[in-house]
Amino acid sequence: MAGVVTGWTGRVGAGLVALVALAASPASAQDRLTVLCGVQEEWCKAIAVAFEKKSGIPVAMSRKSAGEALAQLRAEAANPKTDVWWGGPGDPHLQAAEEGLTQPADSQHVADLQPWALSQHRQSKGRSVGVYAGALGFVYNVEMLAKRKITPPKCWADLLRPEFKDEVQVANPNASGTAYTALATLVQIFGEEGAFDYLKKLNDNVNQYTKSGSAPASAVSRGETLVGIIFTHDGINQKVNGFPVDVTTPCEGTGYEIGSVSIIKGTRKLDAAKAFYEFALSPEGQATGAQAKQFQVPSNKKAPTPPEAPNFEDIRFIDYNFQKYGTAEERKRLLSRWDSEIKSVGK
Amino acid sequence: MRHSSALWVVLGWVGFALLPWFSSAATQLSVNPPGAGLAGSALIDGLANGRWWLVPLLVPLTAGVGAVALPRHHPLHPWLLLVGGAVGLLWTVVQGFAIGLNGWSWSGLAALFGPLPQGQGAFGLGAALTMTAFLFQTTSGFAGLGCMKGDRFTAGAIGLVLLSIALFVFLPVGFVLSSAGDGGAGGFSPLALWTRLTAPDIWRLNCLYESRSCGVVWNSVFLATMTGLLTTLLGLAFALVAVRTGFRAKGLLRMLTVLPIITPPFVISLAVILLFGRTGTVTLALADWFGIPPSRWIYGLPGVLLTQTLAFTPIAFLVMIGVVQGIGPSLEEAAQTLRASLWVTFRTVTWPMMRPGVANAFLIGFIESLADFGNPLILGGNYDVLSTKIYFAVVGAQNDPGRAAALGIILLGLCLGAFWLQRRWLGTKSYATVSGKGDNGVPPALPTGVRVAAFATAIPWAVFTFILYGMVLFGGFTENWGRNNSLTLRHYRNAFDLTWGEHGLIWAGRAWDSLFTTIQVAGLSAPLTAAVGLMTAYLLVRQRFAGQGAFEFFTMLSFAIPGTVIGVSYILAFNQPPVELTGTMAILILCIVFRNMPVSIRAGVAAMSQIDRSLDESSLTLGAGNLQTIRRVILPLLRPAIVASLVYSFVRAITSISAVIFLVSPQHELATAYIVGRVEQGDFGLAIAYSSALIVLMGAVIALIQLVVGERRIGRRTTDRLALQEKPV
Repeated sequence: MAGVVTGWTGRVGAGLVALVALAASPASAQDRLTVLCGVQEEWCKAIAVAFEKKSGIPVAMSRKSAGEALAQLRAEAANPKTDVWWGGPGDPHLQAAEEGLTQPADSQHVADLQPWALSQHRQSKGRSVGVYAGALGFVYNVEMLAKRKITPPKCWADLLRPEFKDEVQVANPNASGTAYTALATLVQIFGEEGAFDYLKKLNDNVNQYTKSGSAPASAVSRGETLVGIIFTHDGINQKVNGFPVDVTTPCEGTGYEIGSVSIIKGTRKLDAAKAFYEFALSPEGQATGAQAKQFQVPSNKKAPTPPEAPNFEDIRFIDYNFQKYGTAEERKRLLSRWDSEIKSVGK
Repeated sequence: MRHSSALWVVLGWVGFALLPWFSSAATQLSVNPPGAGLAGSALIDGLANGRWWLVPLLVPLTAGVGAVALPRHHPLHPWLLLVGGAVGLLWTVVQGFAIGLNGWSWSGLAALFGPLPQGQGAFGLGAALTMTAFLFQTTSGFAGLGCMKGDRFTAGAIGLVLLSIALFVFLPVGFVLSSAGDGGAGGFSPLALWTRLTAPDIWRLNCLYESRSCGVVWNSVFLATMTGLLTTLLGLAFALVAVRTGFRAKGLLRMLTVLPIITPPFVISLAVILLFGRTGTVTLALADWFGIPPSRWIYGLPGVLLTQTLAFTPIAFLVMIGVVQGIGPSLEEAAQTLRASLWVTFRTVTWPMMRPGVANAFLIGFIESLADFGNPLILGGNYDVLSTKIYFAVVGAQNDPGRAAALGIILLGLCLGAFWLQRRWLGTKSYATVSGKGDNGVPPALPTGVRVAAFATAIPWAVFTFILYGMVLFGGFTENWGRNNSLTLRHYRNAFDLTWGEHGLIWAGRAWDSLFTTIQVAGLSAPLTAAVGLMTAYLLVRQRFAGQGAFEFFTMLSFAIPGTVIGVSYILAFNQPPVELTGTMAILILCIVFRNMPVSIRAGVAAMSQIDRSLDESSLTLGAGNLQTIRRVILPLLRPAIVASLVYSFVRAITSISAVIFLVSPQHELATAYIVGRVEQGDFGLAIAYSSALIVLMGAVIALIQLVVGERRIGRRTTDRLALQEKPV
């Protein structure tokens, strides 16, 4: 019996050792530049390939939503495995900067960058810079509006019209950065009391507070709802995919996101990370967006703007105060007010 | 028995003196000094490179040698093994956690002992081997002292399972949960914990008396109870139809019930939306024919309940079928001989015998529903449940890990409650029906009422599932599902293109990379899950040791916590020394193994409690050891449980998403992570084509597992002529 037992425990033990050995074997990720990517996968792939071609540095790109990326960077903080965080709304990039997860960097392309891209750089104390911008707006289902003979919404006020009862979708700001941008935008347009008044009325017309920021766009494209509040490039995406939708931006003014790039503090490949940072800001790197059918507005003035992208001259932007509405306290305060006054009522 | 201890003592020395002690991951290259001689073994490192804290390990290692050198029955022999092993293990763990990459891990230690000039890397091969050796020395010592009736195998197995669970469940979960009482300034504050645990949006009961939403706990509990009941009922109906009726298309039935389990969850959600959404096929048809106005009823409780029931019924079926097959017909025959009617037989004999299966199936359905993330995410609408709340507390705009941890504790409490209720309901009765007494009964027919009910439940559900899957498969061949239904092969070509280049075959499709990784991960984790799970089940059912109840509960821990929390906890726990696994495939495999192990345990426990102990005992009486008994008697009788756990863990490795989304690295991208990206992008065609391919692949693998493991053969008279030739077990 002893022999059998030895054999058995031996085998399990050997298996355990083998597993740990497998675990301990060096990951090939270590030879590559590891980038967390916050935009759609096509674009992630396109810029990785373009950068590899230009610099010869192999890139390991992983797509993560903004919240997931931030959670991962926080968890890794003691021993970072990521080198660059590229793309995704500027807000979480600012948070990462505030928490010291990223490190300051300067670019040779500064002179060519749009002012909003540089303001991200200033506010993050150099730890982050804008690579593209996307405007907040509405997406609506053209076919269904025509069938019901409803004129498309043009202003925030239009969303309160009775024919949109139970027909508006927007994400839950507690879950989605998109919806938080919308909340902060409304507060900046109407004042805090006015904004919450508006949201209470809007609540009657909202059929669902979705969990993901771009979910209303796909719901509109399938006709599950008439109107959604989204970043316009998400809506344009559905349109390009052949759905009967169109996008517009509200007449009272609208907010926007600044998609950003940051270098992770403690990266072991600082030179390669800087090279990627420069590439992301160069006209060549920014052109990869349009090639991948992504329609955000590039931050480098010399980069070609895709014709499908919303024309920023036609949009009435508010002077979005990222400094104030990006801080943890203000965010928490507005979100818990939204939770207690809007979310807990009825829906 | 001495030579097995000797072997482990030798291996302990090998790990300490010959093999590299630290992992060779790149973070450690700067730490490891250029080694003279055998690079980086603990002995060399400790003596020559100034890592003096490794040297004390010589003491327990020498104790091991001393134990082996002693005569066999010397009273000190087990004590030396036990103390040496335990001290060695403890010291290795303590120094590993106390000294990190840059010296002491906690500033308090630095203040106490003065600063360290250098730190150390993560455990490598040597450390792993030495620790394993210490573990088995300890358990041998325990066995030598008469614990576990002196059986080393049992002692070693318990030690191994306990250590793995401690490392891969307690450690990460502890990391996350400890933040529930985070008072903000890094300290623990009971007040903060209390506030978080009693927040009104968790517990309020407003929905009972006004049109407001109830607390998220009540939502979750209601949903989970409903899902548990429905899946158990459907699973039971399918099992009865498959085993106890003359239903001919049993194979088809089995396949249909297994289909939903091999489908990435959001695909079902998507199909359900396309059928029942406001512009769904069924909804529009109902509006046309009966004038029922289209509505969004699917978003919220009904939709989530529907998709969860679709998704988890197969698991209930897998648990139930093993139990129903195992019921010995002789008891039922005896009841009938005593003139009990079919109905009375069913109610007083068959049904009570099925109770362990029913209870286990319900428990799994309940907990699966609590932990499910994908379906509430897509179809939840305004119906909040704990799992999504926790996810968004971690990654949402509010990002409050403390709140996530508090919600996690509540979720755990709910699972504990369900577990306790299950135990109460089962009580301490015996459910053994597979005994060595040659049970040659013929199962009686089901009472008409039960048969009709089983068919009436199973058939419509099967048809519904069939339609849903027909649509999914069809969707992969359409231009733009739901809008432009012209047929195309574009999506498949996109995903699985193969071209012939000058250097041979080129895997040009976009899906190949993630598909290969997925198959590799699933293939490695499935047998591991089954092995760990069934071994644990054996310990739970067949052995008696102190703290067994607590041990059983702890094995359920990782299952009850939502995948996202597990994912974050794995990064927190395994990103830095002493155990550094992030970015490797091992972390994916370990996460999947320990997350799915509970199902394997449940299936094993349910099946094993049916096997009468007299079978083990007669085997032991005839001179077989524990291991031989397991291999020759128990394992063959456990085939349904083995199939269930292999199938389940393989499939879950492929379809799970929430746990692994934080753990996938660019080199190790998994299929589901890729597919979710496609869905987000609105590229449903490729997502569905890829999912269909995965479904076909998993179907093939399940068939293969069935074929290799085989059916359990219990000697029973049936009308099947082949079975008559088999000998009773």
